[in-house]
Amino acid sequence: MGEDRRRFLKLAGLTALCAAGKGSLVRLAGAESPAKGGAAKKKIRWAMVVDPRKCLEKEACTACIDACNHAHNVPAFDNPKHEVKWIWKEPFADAFLDQDVRYIDQALTTKPVFVFCNHCDNPPCVRVCPTKATWKREDGVVMMDWHRCIGCRYCMAACPYGSRSFNWEDPRPHIKQVNPDFPTRTKGVVEKCTFCDELLDKGQLPACVTACKEKALTFGDLNDPDSEVRRLLRSRFALRRKAGLGTNPEVFYLV
Amino acid sequence: MLEKALVGSRGYWRWLMVLGAVIVLGVIAYLYQFAFGLGVTGLSRNVTWGLYIAQFTFLVGVAASAVMVVLPYYLHDFKTFGKLTILGEFLAISAVTMCMLFIFVDMGQPTRVLNVMLYPTPHSLMFWDMVSLMGYLVLNTLISHVTLDAERNAVAPPRWIKPIIILSIPWAVSIHTVTAFLYSGLAARPFWMTAILAPRFLASAFSAGPALLILFCLVLRRLTRFDAGREPIQRLAIIVTYAMLINVFFVLMELFTALYSNIPEDAEHFKFLYVGLAGNATLVPWMWASAVLSVVALVLLVNPKTRHNETTLAAACVAVFVGLWIEKGLGLIIAGFEPSPLGQVTVYTPTLPEILISLGIYAFGLFLITVFYKIALSVRGQVAA
Amino acid sequence: MRDRAWIFIGLAAFLALALAPVWQSALHGAARKPEPKIVTKAKQCVEPTAEMRRNHMELLNAWRDTVVRRGQRTYLAADGKTVTMSLSGTCMSCHPNKKEFCDACHNYLAVSPYCWECHIEPKEKS
Repeated sequence: MGEDRRRFLKLAGLTALCAAGKGSLVRLAGAESPAKGGAAKKKIRWAMVVDPRKCLEKEACTACIDACNHAHNVPAFDNPKHEVKWIWKEPFADAFLDQDVRYIDQALTTKPVFVFCNHCDNPPCVRVCPTKATWKREDGVVMMDWHRCIGCRYCMAACPYGSRSFNWEDPRPHIKQVNPDFPTRTKGVVEKCTFCDELLDKGQLPACVTACKEKALTFGDLNDPDSEVRRLLRSRFALRRKAGLGTNPEVFYLV
Repeated sequence: MLEKALVGSRGYWRWLMVLGAVIVLGVIAYLYQFAFGLGVTGLSRNVTWGLYIAQFTFLVGVAASAVMVVLPYYLHDFKTFGKLTILGEFLAISAVTMCMLFIFVDMGQPTRVLNVMLYPTPHSLMFWDMVSLMGYLVLNTLISHVTLDAERNAVAPPRWIKPIIILSIPWAVSIHTVTAFLYSGLAARPFWMTAILAPRFLASAFSAGPALLILFCLVLRRLTRFDAGREPIQRLAIIVTYAMLINVFFVLMELFTALYSNIPEDAEHFKFLYVGLAGNATLVPWMWASAVLSVVALVLLVNPKTRHNETTLAAACVAVFVGLWIEKGLGLIIAGFEPSPLGQVTVYTPTLPEILISLGIYAFGLFLITVFYKIALSVRGQVAA
Repeated sequence: MRDRAWIFIGLAAFLALALAPVWQSALHGAARKPEPKIVTKAKQCVEPTAEMRRNHMELLNAWRDTVVRRGQRTYLAADGKTVTMSLSGTCMSCHPNKKEFCDACHNYLAVSPYCWECHIEPKEKS
């Protein structure tokens, strides 16, 4: 038993340090997720393409928001100051403050667009986090570790997109219908969209993408030239939010 | 040496009791915040930092300012400041302690605060801020203890302490520079993303800190047999004058660049501060009060007659301190979030628990200063007659 | 030496307080050792019971970090079987009685793991 205890301790210590040494973690090696498709395949870079015109067809539709909120136990606070948002609607002009949209197609620019975490390739939130509670996965997902977050909110100051929310109080009483398969959060941690890492690891699409019947949200691998996201970006002009900051958002808006 | 703090006059104990009561109120308010979460403050999704982080920023400056008495004394052999160095170092210790407490009460998960050390992250400026503040605390504790101990035994301080004292000089500059870097490296916040932030922090620190030290000297002269002397106070006043001039100059530089270029995302923050934005003008009266106080302070400081008169000098020091507290301890942090990256302006007003917790921390800092100064003066036999 | 009486009274009070656990259990009898009720569907847990009893916290921490930080969700046990690393999905599906299974010992030992502040405990018929 002493042997096993040491192995456990080693395992816990190693994973805590995020060590990449495969040898010590042989027993976890069988854990390659289907979404990653094994180590042999080349690197994946997840991205999302939003087609706001498709949203205009059903203006009141909130299917993606509802699906996300339910899947992740996102609380609903009456106090707007304490709001927690993963995916939400923002006026087009506010989402693209750096673009002068006055004379562009008013049908589009006077309406709200869906915004969420951009999963930047060069994420400022990750750079500032003092505990690596938020970091970029190999497949580009900017992740959150709610076990480690100390709630300093430096990432919220650093995010140029206002994509992060803080739990100013215990969120549990404010969750309409609890999804038992996903944890809630505790007070005092930061949260945001994670591109549904829990579904990606199972080889499934993010909940918002599946929920959208209009196909306004397209999710795929930016490194694969034949992917649907790449096809869309080839055929139509797309905006990225505050591209000038060099954060390299991986969420694209077709215009 | 601590035993010197355990005997004192009735006034000394009464003062400590008053501070203790404020501390207790702060602790009670903090327990409430601990139980409910940071939602008891006025902070919000858009204004994520407020009073706590602003006080932290302001007090890092006060802590760093100790260097303004240490540097002339040790590097230039400026004997006039001989009596003051220990006061500066004790002020630094108290201020750094308050800084750490302000960071601590701002944490959403205070029980996990050690994660910063368990998972050290060199690419985060917050990690470096922790390192520099801790280091500064250790340096000043060591220096003040060793030099005061030597003074008590009427011997020269050991030679090995000199290099440590010299090290504390650049270290003082570093704590405020790193604190400025916390903000000035954020592309999301154009208000802070300016190269002049660190120099501006240092200028405001080197006027607010010594101004406070002058006030402490004047108070100590009233209450105790310790007299800093006319000369050191006048020398400090000159430091305050120059630093304040430089600070006001830097602020005007900022205003010119933002307002003349008129790039909305730069200019809007200043509009929020001085005229109000989107119907929100909560800070406008404060900022103009700060501007008026700064001008009054400069008039009193630059004019030799009023600077030499200790009554008007005291008034000038109060004006400097309060004016800079508003500028740095209110405006600087809040305006970074107004407007938000999505152009929204959210009202932020500190709540009662937030104010009580802040007052509690300030009371704790004053408590430490009182005890430390008591010890220093007891060692020199200069306590109240 | 005038204070001798006070010193001894103080020492006695200190000892009485410090030894509180000893005389408390002598007075009331020691608290009964908890007996967690193990409800289970499988014959054996992911690792042998004795090992789980001793090291479940380390296993759970390792699972937590592997899932969250490495995105790997399948655990390969010593005996070659694989399980999904999930507290509420795997552990609690076999042991749905949190009160008798988890809390019995944790309360006895006065430890309060923060798992359930976020993870959702299975509904129990109380």
